[in-house]
Amino acid sequence: MSIAVNNISKSYKKLKAVDSITFKVNDGELFGLIGPDGAGKTTIFRILTTLLVANEGSAEVAGYDVVKQLKEIRNSVGYMPGKFSLYQDLTVEENLHFFATIFGTTIEENYDLIKDIYIQIEPFKDRRAGALSGGMKQKLALCCALIHAPKVLFLDEPTTGVDPVSRKEFWIMLKRLQQKGITILVSTPYMDEASLCDRIALIQKGKILKIDTPQNIINNYEKVIYDVQAKNTHGLIHDLKNYPNQYSVYAFGEFVHYIDKNATFNPNDLQTYLKNKNHTDIIIKPATITIEDVFMDL
Amino acid sequence: MKTILFIIQKEFKQIFRDKSMLQLIFILPILQLLILSNAATFDVKNIAITFVDNDQSRESRDLINAFKASTYFKVTAPHFSEKEAVEEMQKGKTDIIVNIPVHFNRDLQKDQKASISVSINAIDAATAGVENVYVTQILNSYNQNIQMQSKYFSENKEVPQNIMVIPSFWYNNTLNYKTFMVPGILVLLVTMLTLFLSSMNIVREKELGTLEQINVTPIKKYQFIIGKLFPFWVLGLVILTVGLVISKVVFNVPMLGNIFLVYGFTSVYLLLILGFGLYISNHTETQQQAMFIAWFFMVIFILMSGLFTPIESMPKWAQSLTLLNPIRYFVEFIRMVLLKGSGFYEVLPNLLIVTGFAVFVNGMAVWSYKKSN
Repeated sequence: MSIAVNNISKSYKKLKAVDSITFKVNDGELFGLIGPDGAGKTTIFRILTTLLVANEGSAEVAGYDVVKQLKEIRNSVGYMPGKFSLYQDLTVEENLHFFATIFGTTIEENYDLIKDIYIQIEPFKDRRAGALSGGMKQKLALCCALIHAPKVLFLDEPTTGVDPVSRKEFWIMLKRLQQKGITILVSTPYMDEASLCDRIALIQKGKILKIDTPQNIINNYEKVIYDVQAKNTHGLIHDLKNYPNQYSVYAFGEFVHYIDKNATFNPNDLQTYLKNKNHTDIIIKPATITIEDVFMDL
Repeated sequence: MKTILFIIQKEFKQIFRDKSMLQLIFILPILQLLILSNAATFDVKNIAITFVDNDQSRESRDLINAFKASTYFKVTAPHFSEKEAVEEMQKGKTDIIVNIPVHFNRDLQKDQKASISVSINAIDAATAGVENVYVTQILNSYNQNIQMQSKYFSENKEVPQNIMVIPSFWYNNTLNYKTFMVPGILVLLVTMLTLFLSSMNIVREKELGTLEQINVTPIKKYQFIIGKLFPFWVLGLVILTVGLVISKVVFNVPMLGNIFLVYGFTSVYLLLILGFGLYISNHTETQQQAMFIAWFFMVIFILMSGLFTPIESMPKWAQSLTLLNPIRYFVEFIRMVLLKGSGFYEVLPNLLIVTGFAVFVNGMAVWSYKKSN
């Protein structure tokens, strides 16, 4: 077991940031904490990386207790905070060299591990970290977190504020690291990234709502969702919300997702209702369920 | 050890990379030393003095001329009414009004005595006191002249011989205030610079988030702290050196004592200041907060250091407070060593106290620096 969290709670004054959370991450697993801003993801990261002490509960990382065995943990985990936190006035190479040295290692020793990533930023190795683009900063931060070959890697919202192409690349890199046997705990507010994890925990207001593989979470969702489209989207949402049997209505890309209270729901009834409301070009069809839909329903 | 050296190397790199900061660190203290040492004078000069001469006699003009001859006074055009002169003082154009009454000359001849009135603007009590002394001195010598004259005219009277006082001023025999002020201001600059830089340094890493990254590494507390503070310790000694050179070359401050003693003391003193800076850093979240607290203490330290106002003239409770002020001990020390040529044993009490403070403050700072909370 790489990470074992047992009934961890943490409060900031009156606000309960994390409320008796329990989960386990297996060796070599890519585990995702999925939840909106303020759900408590960062607090969990800070507790597991020994930066914060929990009020209640216990946790182990790589077999070490987060309170009693700080030193062992600090030697065996890599942490990439949500905010870019390398020295902006040092160059790419100097940053990497610095972190290698304070971990008592050298760049050469673990070069294999970071090679794929470092090659992409190597042309800019003499540039100051502050002058890098967002995606490149990300890669540098990942290199610095990996330079001591950690057993467990913590990535707190690594793709927030990064362009879609870099995001995609980043997840490919994570998959590669996973193949090298590194356990990865990653958090993200993006639901589309959730399906790339082995298992995910859906978090809201400091509580875990569900833990499972993304596929199981989708499969276990029993309600039927319909994509609804019409010319006047704004009016459509308004009218759908006034439909007597509606369970939930929300915009989803070019469609509006509609869920009915009754299992015996007939789309034709809705079609008629919308026609009476003067909607044109109406399309109603069953939708493919995504993690986001499940999350919206929790 | 290797880790510490590496952090030191990194700190220096960052200091030297920030070109504008580097200029501030070196140029500002030099400017301050040059400007403040010339400006922070206790001499009261160019005192504007106004006469209301109601007598218009030879004697009254002699009196006015006595003031004109003095380099301390700037005599403005005489007025003929008290009212006009008071208006001048209201406008701030004069600081002293001397009112010579009618019959000044006659009373002096007849009764051997006459009175004049002197009004001094005493908003600044210290200056007013000094002005009073100057006025009294001039009036005294004028008195002596008159007595001499009257003695000359009337032989019958026995005038007692005056007691002559010829003071000899030790350690600063020309009473040059710069000799007195420059070492003190140098102490101030060294303290200010190292306190501000060190208190803002670690909190800056907090702000940038790099501290969090450092805290998850296996680096030890003492390695990090020594690595962070050592560069500023060196910087403090460099500033001291630059300041001493300026003191010698520009202000010709005597350096009677052993210069190595100055460096030895400063080395310990800087540990104290850096530890204090670190302590501030640990208890603040932003550079702004750190700056504010550092300033707060700095102002108290400066005003209660005996640099500008003598500690002996403070109320008892304030005097006791200055015992906690590190700058006080350094100012005292540097004046003793440079101006008096005091040796190791004379300054030992100061050294011991500062060492004690340094141990205490650094202990507190290291204890309050937490890698996790």
